[in-house]
Amino acid sequence: MKIAVLADIHANLEALRACLAHATREGATQYVFLGDLVGYGADPVACLGLLADYAARGALLVRGNHDDAALGGLCETMNFVAREATYWTRAQLGGGERAFLAALPYTARRDDLLFVHADVNAPGKWNYITSSLQAGRCMDAAQATLTFAGHVHHPSLYFAAGSGVHHFQPVAGAPIPLTGRRRWLAIGGSVGQPRDGNNAAAYALYDEEQRTLKYFRVPYDHLSAARKILAAGLPERLALRLHRGE
Amino acid sequence: MESTAHLRPGTQFAAYRVQEKLREGGMALLYRVAAGDGGEAGLLKVPKLEFGSHPACYAGFEVEQMILGRLAGPHVPRLLASGESDFGPYLVMEEIAGKSLAEFAAAAPLPAAEVARLGVALASALHDLHRQEVVHHDLKPSHVILREDGRAALIDFGLAFHGHLPDLAEAESEKPLGTPAYISPEQIAGVRGDPRSDVFSLGVVLYLLATGRLPFGEPTGMGGLRRRLYFDPLPPRRIVADLPEWLQEIILHCLEVRADDRYATAAQVAHDLQHPDQVTLTERGRRRKRAGPLVAAKRWLAALSAEPPPRRAPTAHLALAPQVLVAIDTDSDSEPLFQALRDATRRIVGGERHWRVSCGSVLEPSLLTEQEDGAEIMRGLHMQRLVELHHWAQPLGLPQERLRFHVLEGRDVPARLIEYARASHADHIIIGARGSSGRRRLLGSVSSRVASEAPCTVTVVRVSHSAGMNTERADA
Repeated sequence: MKIAVLADIHANLEALRACLAHATREGATQYVFLGDLVGYGADPVACLGLLADYAARGALLVRGNHDDAALGGLCETMNFVAREATYWTRAQLGGGERAFLAALPYTARRDDLLFVHADVNAPGKWNYITSSLQAGRCMDAAQATLTFAGHVHHPSLYFAAGSGVHHFQPVAGAPIPLTGRRRWLAIGGSVGQPRDGNNAAAYALYDEEQRTLKYFRVPYDHLSAARKILAAGLPERLALRLHRGE
Repeated sequence: MESTAHLRPGTQFAAYRVQEKLREGGMALLYRVAAGDGGEAGLLKVPKLEFGSHPACYAGFEVEQMILGRLAGPHVPRLLASGESDFGPYLVMEEIAGKSLAEFAAAAPLPAAEVARLGVALASALHDLHRQEVVHHDLKPSHVILREDGRAALIDFGLAFHGHLPDLAEAESEKPLGTPAYISPEQIAGVRGDPRSDVFSLGVVLYLLATGRLPFGEPTGMGGLRRRLYFDPLPPRRIVADLPEWLQEIILHCLEVRADDRYATAAQVAHDLQHPDQVTLTERGRRRKRAGPLVAAKRWLAALSAEPPPRRAPTAHLALAPQVLVAIDTDSDSEPLFQALRDATRRIVGGERHWRVSCGSVLEPSLLTEQEDGAEIMRGLHMQRLVELHHWAQPLGLPQERLRFHVLEGRDVPARLIEYARASHADHIIIGARGSSGRRRLLGSVSSRVASEAPCTVTVVRVSHSAGMNTERADA
């Protein structure tokens, strides 16, 4: 079975639809959404509607920090722009959407795969995995052959070896065989708000039979997504960010 | 789990039946196996995963499994099967029939022509590997098999690097990876993924075949390994007095300490070995002794302050050194077309640092050359054509060492050009399209056949209509 793993959608309906269509073309039959379904983008309700359909058909979803924030509470750890976006998002969500987000778990497991938004070590603390050391701790806590995480918005692959944990910068479209005798941590990049200088949406596809992982970049109509952000009165910087991919 | 060492003949292993144990190395076991369902026989490789085995045993196996699965073509064994069995992980690959290059090396020193023949086969195999994004990193005679058809196949990819895959080999070790006698200076410094590292090892192999000696011996410690960063090998002509200068030039060009000073691609080595008369001789070819301690000291100082080179994928390295073939028909092409071909050549090689341009032309035998003294006439025509090619290239103002000239012979012009492009690993062919000449109506278009059958990119150059009209007006 081919599993599409989509992280950090951030209420970007155009990017989500483009990635889902791409994954379908690539033969995906199972879907996992790695949290931060909302926040920043202008389409939280439409995105959650679409994701609820996937959930009803067996997709796995986990909770991200922006999903958490959209449910209420103080957002003092967030920057000004993220806070603005969170308040705006809260105002859009109805009871159904809130219940959907509130039911999201922090982690999900499927056989030897573990899914988390930020860091398995302390899922609710929302740590960023930006070093091999952190990646190693995350893999230790996961106790799985392959862990998928989001949150950092940069596609990456970490793997355990004799001399420690190593980082690899994946090449879009190139299949990477992942042997079952070492541990791997895959960060597929962000669907709805790429930040690595490439404005195309990012996601990963794992082929269970072949044990291969592919990272993809999917160009989408980022201009429409940005226009909606401006029309909604969200901070201009969020629109610009989609255009620049940073 | 049973130990893999106990696979006896007749044991059923996945879809294969074990026939015999071929080799038990430090890291893996190799068996010859037959397919149970009448499929292809092959070689079964299983890593040694016993208690106390070094983790690198498995990493080397994993790398080979991963990389063989991504390679294709006549220069590598095909991966027939791989996976997990009751005995642990395994892979089955094609058994390549032929003779190990180690057997040739045992008979060294070999005659220059034989060294060149083997070198062309090996360099072509390497270039094909590099084009598939892989650097071998452990090239030595025992890892090369000469097929009966003369082509070389590379084996043992346990230390290989793939530009699109995680470098599992490097991750397993803090020490330089490779065989001490053959390893390149940058590999010693821990830099991996540069195809020119294989070009260096190719130089070591050529040196061995030509002289019967290893240029840097077989050092065991780090100090011995690092000597090649500062000290030149003894010039091969000091060992074999009648070794031609061109061969010493090629070998020492491969063995330059700095990767930037070496051949940019294995294809360039293959091309020079195929056409010794076109090798530009420098001091390297004529050298009688190694550089003195002053040069060694300079290199030592330079190595101290050297910046690590920019990381590039293997194919990105090759892209810096394209091989361009310009097909020129000096008999039929017109001056405006010659000019247009030069313009296109300038545009295509502009900006690339290590490109090479081969100017090629096909001489067709005619009634005249089939007479009694035809061979003499053909020689004259050949020389005339060569002079014309030089004349065509002169206005380009390109450095001589980047240019090659070749007059090919044959009736089937497109087939000869394509064959030459294949042999010289051309990345790009530039060819002129003639207008609607009677010849073209009669024989079909050469350029369109080249464009459709060539193994690489083809640019068909046409003189624009308005330019033609301008010429007419100027004439009027």
